[in-house]
Amino acid sequence: MSGFDLSGLTASFNGKRVIGPLSLTVHPGDKVALVGKSGAGKSTLIRLIHERVNRDSSLIPQDLGIVNALSVFHNVFMGQLDKHATWYNTITLARPFARDRAEVNALLKSLGMTEKLWTPAASLSGGQRQRVAIARALYRNASVLLADEPVSALDGPMANSVMTLLRDRFSTSVIALHDVELALNYCTRIVGIQDGQIALDQPSANLVASDIMFLY
Amino acid sequence: MFSSPTVRTSFIFLAIALVGLLFADIAITASNPWRDLGNFFLGVVTPNFFSSEGLLTALLRTVAFAFVGVALGGIAGFLLALVYRSLPVRIFCAFVRAIHELFWALIFLQFFGFHPLTGVLAIAIPYAGIFAKVYSEILEEADPEPGRALPPGTGNITAFLYSRIPDCWVKMRTYTAYRLECGLRSSAILGFVGLPTLGFYLEASFSQGLYSDAGAMLILFYVLIATMPLWVRPKLLPLYLLGAPFFLGDGLPIVWGNVQRFFTEDIVPAPLRYGEGLTGLMPWLTDLVVNEALPGIWNTIVLTQIALVATGILSLLAFPLISNHFGGPLRRNAGHVALVIARSTPEYILAYILLQLWGPSMLPAVVALALHNGGIIGHLIGRQTNSIKLRPDAVTGFSRYSWELVPRVYRSFLAFLFYRWEIIMRETAILGILGIYTLGFYVDSAIQNIRFDRAMVLILVTALLNIGVDALGRYIRRKLALQTMPTC
Repeated sequence: MSGFDLSGLTASFNGKRVIGPLSLTVHPGDKVALVGKSGAGKSTLIRLIHERVNRDSSLIPQDLGIVNALSVFHNVFMGQLDKHATWYNTITLARPFARDRAEVNALLKSLGMTEKLWTPAASLSGGQRQRVAIARALYRNASVLLADEPVSALDGPMANSVMTLLRDRFSTSVIALHDVELALNYCTRIVGIQDGQIALDQPSANLVASDIMFLY
Repeated sequence: MFSSPTVRTSFIFLAIALVGLLFADIAITASNPWRDLGNFFLGVVTPNFFSSEGLLTALLRTVAFAFVGVALGGIAGFLLALVYRSLPVRIFCAFVRAIHELFWALIFLQFFGFHPLTGVLAIAIPYAGIFAKVYSEILEEADPEPGRALPPGTGNITAFLYSRIPDCWVKMRTYTAYRLECGLRSSAILGFVGLPTLGFYLEASFSQGLYSDAGAMLILFYVLIATMPLWVRPKLLPLYLLGAPFFLGDGLPIVWGNVQRFFTEDIVPAPLRYGEGLTGLMPWLTDLVVNEALPGIWNTIVLTQIALVATGILSLLAFPLISNHFGGPLRRNAGHVALVIARSTPEYILAYILLQLWGPSMLPAVVALALHNGGIIGHLIGRQTNSIKLRPDAVTGFSRYSWELVPRVYRSFLAFLFYRWEIIMRETAILGILGIYTLGFYVDSAIQNIRFDRAMVLILVTALLNIGVDALGRYIRRKLALQTMPTC
């Protein structure tokens, strides 16, 4: 499975509806950017989609979900915990296997942070932590990417190279982005969220930045 | 000032303690207390490390009992922490930790005799209850986000190992190390009921007036605890844990007939044992409650309340000793040493020493409890003031103490104090064994008279009293919105 058809998505916070009810169909190969001003419900929508498609997605949540006490390697390895037996995971916690080490190392190289493999996540900078969460999602290697502002803490060139990587590695993706330029450059479809509803849904080829500005 | 609930609460407790003083038996009954105290201090400054070869063995046994007991308690506590949500487990843990190590030792002595198992279980059982509570609190505080980011389908054990344990590891390690220090104190005082640890030799030296021997023992004990960071190293721990069971000594073999008799006969209330049925049980119970339980409870509460307030006053007086806001490094180092000694000495040993010197009354118990607990809280509060940054032109001297520091730390001071309330009560009860008329006194006398049925009821009463005070302390802390960390 790599596309999905979701309907009746709703979410409430303190008894107030923040999302929907709305429907969203994502076809295989779609690279969707969720845009809209902060508080529009982008993060909530990502969470709702993740609850529905669970198993086959790689997730980059906004708060990253990094275990501070574990090394970068272990945080990345967590992307495949479900693929190994408990004993294998337990041994890896104490002494990782060479094959996994090489694999994770190669992945971190593409994100420009090999030298940090054994650094505890607690001592990383904000941008490095974000790249660890990205590496974990890449390592998970699912067909669908669900990401919530995955490059918000990265500088321009790094943000572009990471977005390229994400575009090339995942055939289908839904990415919440506040940066309209990135959305137009790296996604094939723009979905604008306003007051918990879809206010715009167009192929990015049809749009320029100013077409999206009404959302903000 | 009285409009603040924390201040009002403080004055209510102060008033209760003052009323308690009217009823308490506070006196120095020894004929020449100051000469005895002088002799004792002379003994401490002229320690005799070579009087008997038993000293090193006692030290070794103290460490061995602490390691085995704390390790077993830690493992059991960890497993219990995993199922701590269940109400029966919580009640069970509250119950086993409400009974002091010495009471457990007294119970096990009756059927295991002087077997190493008695000392090991006496530490392991109450510690398991404490570990279960604290570990479960630590695990609950772990950041839930990483768990949510795990791939769906991850096994439970794997998820626990990757997303919970790493986050809690440091806190659990710190707390376990602190408990090991407590375990050394518990292990030392088990000697007072006859196990081969430091307390046994301390009591022997004291009763013969060998103050230099007793001084040597105390000094070795302080050195043992003060140097813990040096010899308790992660790499050496497996060695200690594997080796410790071999240094518990042989003791005496367990007579299994005694074990059976204890459970089937000894602890069955006498009227039932002799076939008098329920009609005989009521007068028996009434007699026990009126003549032993109620006086014991009354004295325990009176002593606890006085000791609690004395602890509070002493903590507030003691924290400037280690605070960066006063004096120079010389005085601070001296302050550190004083507070380390105060908190490293088990209150039971302090009370024992003071009781020998001043004669029996509640005074030695109050002073011992206040010194030990005041040392602990004073240390924690003092350390807390060191993280306070005052404005450059802040007042100095006593005004700095009363205007800048005390108001800032008062809430956490109260939190620590109410946290230790239950601990102080548990200790108060146990000090009865030394001859103060708290619950421990009646428990001990019942055991001396081989009336285990009565002893068990009284221990049960003690446990319920502790659970009650613990609940009340938590209620007050919640009412006043006071926060504490578990390591106190």
